[in-house]
Amino acid sequence: MTRYVLRRLVALVPTWLGISLAAFLLAGLAPGDPAQLILNAELDTPPSEEQLQQFREANGLDDPAPVQYGRFVLGLLQGQLGTSFRSGEPVLGELVARVPATLSITLPAFALALFLAVAIGILSAVRRNSLVDHGSRLAALMSDSVPTFVLAYALIIVLAVQAGLLPVAGRGTWQHLVLPVLTLALGTTASLMRLTRSSMLEVLGEEYVRTARAMGFPSRSVVLRHALRNALLPVTTVAGLVLAGFVTGAVIVETIFALPGVGTLLVDAIFARDYPVIQGFVVFTGTVFLLVNLIVDLLQAALDPRIRLVHQ
Amino acid sequence: MEGAAPDTGRDDVVAPATRPVRTLLRDPLATFGLVLVVSLALAAVFAPVLAPHDPGAVNATARLAGSSADHPLGTDELGRDVLSRLLFGARWSLGIAFLATAVVTVVGVLVGLVAGYFGGLLDSLIMRVVDVLLAFPPLLLYLAIVGTLGPGVRNVFLALIAISWAEYARIVRGLVVSARQRDYVMAAIALGASSRRVMLKHILPNVISPVVVLASLKVGGVILALAALGFFGLGAQPPTPEWGTMINQSRLFLQSTPTLMAYPGLAISLAVLGFNLLGDGLRDALDPRTRRLRG
Repeated sequence: MTRYVLRRLVALVPTWLGISLAAFLLAGLAPGDPAQLILNAELDTPPSEEQLQQFREANGLDDPAPVQYGRFVLGLLQGQLGTSFRSGEPVLGELVARVPATLSITLPAFALALFLAVAIGILSAVRRNSLVDHGSRLAALMSDSVPTFVLAYALIIVLAVQAGLLPVAGRGTWQHLVLPVLTLALGTTASLMRLTRSSMLEVLGEEYVRTARAMGFPSRSVVLRHALRNALLPVTTVAGLVLAGFVTGAVIVETIFALPGVGTLLVDAIFARDYPVIQGFVVFTGTVFLLVNLIVDLLQAALDPRIRLVHQ
Repeated sequence: MEGAAPDTGRDDVVAPATRPVRTLLRDPLATFGLVLVVSLALAAVFAPVLAPHDPGAVNATARLAGSSADHPLGTDELGRDVLSRLLFGARWSLGIAFLATAVVTVVGVLVGLVAGYFGGLLDSLIMRVVDVLLAFPPLLLYLAIVGTLGPGVRNVFLALIAISWAEYARIVRGLVVSARQRDYVMAAIALGASSRRVMLKHILPNVISPVVVLASLKVGGVILALAALGFFGLGAQPPTPEWGTMINQSRLFLQSTPTLMAYPGLAISLAVLGFNLLGDGLRDALDPRTRRLRG
């Protein structure tokens, strides 16, 4: 297992370098001269030619691109993601400060989505072609097709405006989190649910399940104790994808519900042309995704010996 | 997708072209998807004929009006006819998604062919790039790229193409690597066929049907991504009647006139639903092995 972990860690290095290169190149897409952009943000008056030249030399902006990239990566390794044009603060600090607000909606949404998906998934598998099964298939089709922001506004209109049960936007109380969490969870439950269902169906056809039934175990215990464990293995695979979906969804949901999370930081940066923050966001989320996928893989290897043995 | 190339069993002998079509039409959901997609495509093509009004015509006396004989779906904040804007919006929303998918498919197939056929350092390099691009949820990269380049249809299109070829390339490469070991490919190489000929004549046919399935499954995602960029105000700029942009514009009137958002939202959802159902149906029709998984 240790060797497996080490190999997986080493395999991350080229991908991470690729992510940093993508972020580095992204900054090059920004229209205009970087020295001009940065000095415009720092000074109140447009910079003189002399100031521009001085700035370029001081920051090595005239160096060849590979040298600049090397410097960029070294900086990243020391946690330097650049400085925000708007606030003048380090980008990493700004991102980290926004993480709690994002987690406050993504974690409950993840728990809710997982619970709903597994519960309804099992039910649709056990009662195949029942009302629950058809209903869940229909719900899955719809939630794959309705854009997150349309779902969010539909929930706002029905639950907040018409029924008056919940606040429309803002933060502070738990009621403010209900709509964002519901939006995020409903958008991702469907695919997880269908996966649980098909994986459960497959496992229910296995011989050990038949044996357990033949030995007279009650149906509930066969499903929940014997089948569920194996049926959930593929579901963990998708957990990484679900997280990716949540971060994308969070950008939309935070914007709609005016939550100060990582997503709104990105959107605000885009409209303020705050390129260092956009770039920092790419490095930051890219790194988080790599680590989450690694954890998911390791978790799977721990749960399923076949995986780690095959790779040796 | 390992070994997903069509096996040359009985299927080819019976009726090569019509069989998948018949399978598709036997599936009621896939047929429904096909009907949706075709109707929306027709609506886009014949928008100028079908639309009761000019989509840009402003009418200050009929702002935010409800549905009437003259304006079946009502009017927006400038008194423009919502139905006409939706019909013309289909041209933007579906047209860009279609065009981008076509370009991305061609790029992805070519890159995948080259990587899988030649292998070696080039292959490793390309696959590293693919790994990086697939490490992110695509919408975040679209946002970052369009956010850096600036809003607008052209930049959205560029971002879509710059990112989405990767998934196609990965799948095509896998198919090419397995096809390359087939006896008939080996034989063609041994007979001295040029690389180009082997790739296009002997390997490409193995790749086509999985790629068609992938593309049809992905169009819905592209429409959603376009809509999201439009929603953020980064896509087509007003007064262009793109569906996502229309939703962005309607946010201010959410409480007073929710239908202004509901109609483009419904249009997007129906388009995505149509493509998803059609994609599922095509997958089942072209690759019978996956059918068992649906239960």
